[in-house]
Amino acid sequence: MQKTTITPPQWSAGMFVQRYGIFLALLLLCLVLALISENFLTTRNILNVLRQTSINGILAIGMTFVILTRGIDLSVGSVAALAGVVAASLATTSSAGMVAGGPYPAVIAILAGLAAGMACGSVSGAIVARFGVPAFVVTLGMLSAARGLTLIYAGGRPIPNLTEEFRWIGTGSIWGIPVPIFLLLGTFAIAHFVLTQTRFGRHVYAVGGNPHAAKVSGLPLRRIRFSVYVISGALAGLAGMVLAARTGSGLPQAGIAYELDAIAAVVIGGTSLAGGVGRVTGTLIGALLIGVMNNGLDLLGVESYYQQVIKGILIVAAVMLDQSKNKQD
Amino acid sequence: MPPLLEVEGLSKSFSGVPALIEGKFRLEAGTVHALCGGNGAGKSTFLKIVMGIHDRDSGTIRRNGHEVTFSNPSEALKNGIAIVEQELSPVPAMTVAENIYMGREPLRSLGRIDFATLNRQTQDLLDGFGFAIRATDLMMDLTVAQTQLVEIAKALSYDAEVIILDEPTSALGEAEAEHLFDAIATLKTRGKGLIYVSHRLSEIFSITDHYTVFRDGRFIQDGTTADISKEQLIQLIVGRPLNEEFVKENTPGKRVVLQVEGLRAQRGVHDLSFELREGEILGLFGLMGAGRTEVLDRLFGLSTETGGSILLNGQEARIKRPSDAIAAGIAYVTEDRKQTGLVLSSTVRDNLCLSSLGQLSRLGVMRARQEAAGAAGMIAELKIKAASDALEVANLSGGNQQKVVLGKWFMIAPKILLLDEPTRGVDVGAKREIYRVISDFARAGGAVIMVSSESDEILGMADRVIVLKDGVKAGELARDQLSAEELLHLAA
Repeated sequence: MQKTTITPPQWSAGMFVQRYGIFLALLLLCLVLALISENFLTTRNILNVLRQTSINGILAIGMTFVILTRGIDLSVGSVAALAGVVAASLATTSSAGMVAGGPYPAVIAILAGLAAGMACGSVSGAIVARFGVPAFVVTLGMLSAARGLTLIYAGGRPIPNLTEEFRWIGTGSIWGIPVPIFLLLGTFAIAHFVLTQTRFGRHVYAVGGNPHAAKVSGLPLRRIRFSVYVISGALAGLAGMVLAARTGSGLPQAGIAYELDAIAAVVIGGTSLAGGVGRVTGTLIGALLIGVMNNGLDLLGVESYYQQVIKGILIVAAVMLDQSKNKQD
Repeated sequence: MPPLLEVEGLSKSFSGVPALIEGKFRLEAGTVHALCGGNGAGKSTFLKIVMGIHDRDSGTIRRNGHEVTFSNPSEALKNGIAIVEQELSPVPAMTVAENIYMGREPLRSLGRIDFATLNRQTQDLLDGFGFAIRATDLMMDLTVAQTQLVEIAKALSYDAEVIILDEPTSALGEAEAEHLFDAIATLKTRGKGLIYVSHRLSEIFSITDHYTVFRDGRFIQDGTTADISKEQLIQLIVGRPLNEEFVKENTPGKRVVLQVEGLRAQRGVHDLSFELREGEILGLFGLMGAGRTEVLDRLFGLSTETGGSILLNGQEARIKRPSDAIAAGIAYVTEDRKQTGLVLSSTVRDNLCLSSLGQLSRLGVMRARQEAAGAAGMIAELKIKAASDALEVANLSGGNQQKVVLGKWFMIAPKILLLDEPTRGVDVGAKREIYRVISDFARAGGAVIMVSSESDEILGMADRVIVLKDGVKAGELARDQLSAEELLHLAA
């Protein structure tokens, strides 16, 4: 029931493992891989892992905002594909799928892609926030609808031959470091700042932690709920464009099941599906953990089928660890 | 005859911190025994050991003279010890009978539930103790008091002889509590022993035969309730003399700060008019369902506008949502701090700052130093006991949590404070501190509307009382006309 004396939790090895468990797991995995594979700890491979993680990482950061408010966004894979083909249609040099007057400058294509992502997020967000339909249902609908719109828009075919200028966001590099890594770290830095330092960040945690209390405290519940889906949509758009830029064409089939890895990264990173608890740092580490694990298993020559099994175990184990922590409190 | 339950030398530490030292308790058949103590006194540790939820470091527990050790609550139940928790957990969409016999329903062939037998058996049980509840009613259709009785019936269905009631009236109005007390009286005559945990002293004196006081994890004293005065008991619980239970040093002014005309709410309030003056504490009294909370919800913009006017300082105010009320200087401490008052997963500081994030930020970016300073100010002013403002508020005691809710609202520097059951589930010591805060606020010119189910609290704090009945004003009493009888008479 109640306690009067509040003593700060005493330091113990067990608590340390629980608190930094994900980070330790990542370090441990890297250590093991470095020992058994000489290819792991090469600059080339590290950059490769980071670049491969960037798309899932960006999606997962957007997902973190949504999950912190007790929501979920299942539509990010489809929204990413839509943003990819919209941007591709403006940045292609081939006549198939090109918007009249193209190719346009990459900036225009990117803004259009972001707008497409935000538009999808706005629709989901408005329905969740205004009508209180469960996010699971709304974004499941958006998952299907956005995919359909992508196929309609692209006529069911890839939009190839993107301009070099546009492809730079996926294939370019600065000081030898791939651009997608900068995009991931930039997104992370901004998201971390927003969640920890801004009023909006406080709102997100409060709405997820206890929506009733947030309402009584005068917080604009609907606006907050709406905003997180727009953020998720925008970041899905960004991720979709990086993907299109990397592959060199806007694929209407791109991003299928990407929402699952994004949710996995958030959950492994310690964000509670019950809302109100979690950090974007955890999400980044969660995404890296998935990325490193895939890479390591590749290096070791483990079949991708097994990789899926191992990832499944990892997700459940991470949440079990998290729950045992809650029980202790 | 040996006592139903006898506990001696019971000790328990959690990671080196003693929570209970040499706990002692003796329950006789056919009696109600009050277990008293502030938050952290060791009551819950004691009960959890008795119920087999925690193990003990040392000590003995004897049941009818035989030494026992339970490793989980179902073993305790098999030995006739049942607890009715403070927070009830019924399955709302199931019937009373299904809830009582959950997991041990009488069966027919193929595992089908024998509903006829189940319902008859349940009805016999309920009738046997004079509980006016139908076995086939859905739990969600019951009042809180009835739900409480169902939980007790569940304990009785296991043939429990020792029944522990943990804050059973915390969610009940006085009339409903009377039904519960009738049931307790019946149980006594059947030779059951009841352990009664409550922060409400008036109840302890009206229904219990014996008392045991714990403080700071230690047994302090036990005895017969009739042999001790309220003041003596408070002193035992708090550990220092408390001259007065209540603190009231405000004097109402003349200026009307809030005027309400013909107020209606979607449900609960029909046609209510009243005024509130600066420096005044206005009590709002009534039975459960009289519309007390609905009045406050409506004033705070939590329910839709459905008629009536609200004038703040003579100006008509439109309050459509909580942010309008907050902007107008109205603060609202809701009835249930866990449901609507606090973000339990957040820190003390974040909770304190929750309603004033606007003032504490610039261009949307939080000003960490102002936040920390504001929170530290409230922690000091309200004497919130927390090792750090970065502690999750869920780890605080009930009284300290309530102070955090109050602190959150004082951060907006309100003019009008709406309080719904401000001391529910709060121990005697913290209660007095909360009364002090309310009194200081009113003395400084603030206006207070206080809803309470405890007539003592209304009598102790209010300058004037409006009694509500079925959403309309049943009467209005000035402080010098106040008496518990008059309040109940008007409310019933």
